[in-house]
Amino acid sequence: MSADTHASATSHGHADHGHGHHDEAHSHGSYRSYLTGFILSVILTAIPFWLVMEGVIENKTVTAIVITAFAVVQIVVHMIYFLHMTGKSEGGWSIMALGFTLIVVVIAISGSLWVMYHLNTNMMPTHDMSIRR
Amino acid sequence: MSNATTAPANGEIVFYEVDEHAHPEGHSTALGFWIYLMSDCLIFAMLFATFGVLGGNYAAGPAPKDLFDLELVALNTAMLLFSSITYGFAMLAMEKGKIAQVQVWLGITGLFGLAFLCIELYEFHHMIHVGATPQRSAFLSAFFTLVGTHGLHVTFGLIWLVTMMVQVGYRGLIPANRRRLMCLSMFWHFLDVIWIGVFTFVYLMGMLR
Repeated sequence: MSADTHASATSHGHADHGHGHHDEAHSHGSYRSYLTGFILSVILTAIPFWLVMEGVIENKTVTAIVITAFAVVQIVVHMIYFLHMTGKSEGGWSIMALGFTLIVVVIAISGSLWVMYHLNTNMMPTHDMSIRR
Repeated sequence: MSNATTAPANGEIVFYEVDEHAHPEGHSTALGFWIYLMSDCLIFAMLFATFGVLGGNYAAGPAPKDLFDLELVALNTAMLLFSSITYGFAMLAMEKGKIAQVQVWLGITGLFGLAFLCIELYEFHHMIHVGATPQRSAFLSAFFTLVGTHGLHVTFGLIWLVTMMVQVGYRGLIPANRRRLMCLSMFWHFLDVIWIGVFTFVYLMGMLR
């Protein structure tokens, strides 16, 4: 987002179209988009809290999967409505960086959990010492 | 390079751009700051992975069920969510060039952020008071590191926010300040995204264990 475009705030950035690889006019959203994001976030936060606090679903594994799904959806909502991520921002470089980060994050987290889970189950002494899951 | 050898042959004049294009100040700040946020995201990913691995090792100490108060966490989450939308309103006021409105919304955002920090510190204080210190178990070490790092980010975000209020007060909404406010906006919303992970995987999942 270039500062020189902001200098001509009243023109909403249409003055320098030649600059063109990011669209200033839409990059900060509007009242409507912020409110939409906020309301969606409230709903997506309230439901998982309700599920866990009231114990709506008997099966804990199912509850865990459902609240994870809610978290993922809410992260996407925040990315779109608050961080204004689109495939086009910064000429596509933002989404590239995000994609790369996501790949590293998924490998690091799932890899750690996977490896350490198997280490735990293979190396724990037979009597139940410290792992109480 | 092929052009350089073929062009003179057919007698046309060819122009080459030798000089680099001008880079106006701050034209790549947003992308640079985004890449910083992504690297910050990796820090949190490692802390989440650590918590995921160690989160069940209570060492016969207190478990999440004994420590967490979900109503407090819900209140905390609400504070951060409110601060996100009020920061959004500050950005919209900035678009319109209304300095007073920007200051008011920034101030409200700061108050919500401060409320979040106070609730978190109260929670930490309560936990340490009942003996659930970071030294107690691997679960608690991982918990305090992860949630504490997020809290530290919010603290620095607050310092930055106050700095911006002073800056805007002295200089108004000059291009540099708009750029800085835009970066802080990304930082602030990013912290909210991390908090989604924290309340889901640390608090809610902790209660399910």
